Amino acid sequence: MSVPASATLLHVVREQIGLTGSKEGCDDSECGACMMLLDGEPVNSCSYLAVQADGSAITTVEGLAPGDTLAPLQEAFLVAGGVQCGFCTPGMLISATRLLRDNPDPTTDEVRLELSGNLCRCTGYDGIVKAVMEVAARTAEKSAGD
Amino acid sequence: MTSYLAATSLEEAVAALADGARPIAGGTDLVVGARQGKKPLPEALVGIHRIPGLNGIRDSDDGLEIGAMTSHAAVVAHPTVRNRYSGLADASALVGSHATRAQGTIGGNLMNASPAMDTGAPLLCFDSAVTLASARGTRNLSLADLWTGPGHTSAGRDELLVAVHVPAPPPSTGSAYVRLQYRRQMEIAVVGAAAVVTLSEGTVTAAAIAITALAPVIHRVAEAEARLIGGKANAAAIASAADAAAEASRPIDDVRASANYRKAMAAVVARRAIETAISRAGGAEVEIPASESTYGS
Repeated sequence: MSVPASATLLHVVREQIGLTGSKEGCDDSECGACMMLLDGEPVNSCSYLAVQADGSAITTVEGLAPGDTLAPLQEAFLVAGGVQCGFCTPGMLISATRLLRDNPDPTTDEVRLELSGNLCRCTGYDGIVKAVMEVAARTAEKSAGD
Repeated sequence: MTSYLAATSLEEAVAALADGARPIAGGTDLVVGARQGKKPLPEALVGIHRIPGLNGIRDSDDGLEIGAMTSHAAVVAHPTVRNRYSGLADASALVGSHATRAQGTIGGNLMNASPAMDTGAPLLCFDSAVTLASARGTRNLSLADLWTGPGHTSAGRDELLVAVHVPAPPPSTGSAYVRLQYRRQMEIAVVGAAAVVTLSEGTVTAAAIAITALAPVIHRVAEAEARLIGGKANAAAIASAADAAAEASRPIDDVRASANYRKAMAAVVARRAIETAISRAGGAEVEIPASESTYGS
């Protein structure tokens, strides 16, 4: 595909590719609603040019679930009430996915710190933090049982 | 219409700069600035993020050579940076959020020339220098000679920052960078300070102190350093040096803080930075970033 040099990654993914999971919140790299993984590392896609991602692997919220089953974090967000209006959720999920990959057993404060680049205007942070801690605890239990 | 060239070599990149293109790596300043309407995207962009050889930290007895494309995440994760150049790790750990640190580069941070950039003060205190490359050749410049004002450097428009050189500090040296912030991520320093202190049996043999977001450019404060060097590293000397750092500040009023608040807080952050540098020089473990553990002290 061909993209204008000035188009952001977010714009191309939403408008040209048609994957609208990632959201445009602030368009200013403040809120993290547009967060994606670029070759496995987080990027605020509203502030990254699509041309620069040529040849890179991009993961959006649509890519977190294997097939029709929800990923453990997605399930936990639902159960713990980590989704209110849902606008920040795609970025939160990407951010939390990367967090648990690099730090599978975080403290509550580490989760709060690492997710501070993602704003939830419903201020539903408690449910979000609980969901992430819940998945971390389950992973720890599982590896302890192995 | 903006044009874009993905440079695959330094030669290609500097040739594009000579033709008027502007470089882009993580885009965390350039694209954000354009989205905010501060400054439109340049007409011609050259992507420098995939040029081989510009990314990574070379660690030797002489010091560090940090490639311009090294991300803040890589700086924070580097064991030598954390142990021997802790003040730089403190700073890179605070830049933006984990997304900014994954994409944002040390070269971009320095060339953006913000008086509030986090990595500037510690690198200045370590007597760092940079290498600038252009189609005309390369030259080295001390970091102190790079910044000329907010958003302005002495680099020519055809020059690309390719590496940062950080001389190895002597043994028994500790360093720290501390800032004030309103939010724990995606924040810019309200005020900040860095200190690099060398001790010999409790006496300060060398000290460097620099202030952030307190003047048009980040700069060292010779008077603050003089109040530490040659004396004991005690509370009175630290307070006196911190006061000197505050006296040298020339802050502005802006959306993040008033000039009065900044001036009042300058002594606080300077004291925290000096205290932490001294603790680390004495072998104490202080968590990175120091801003988190010194908060409220």
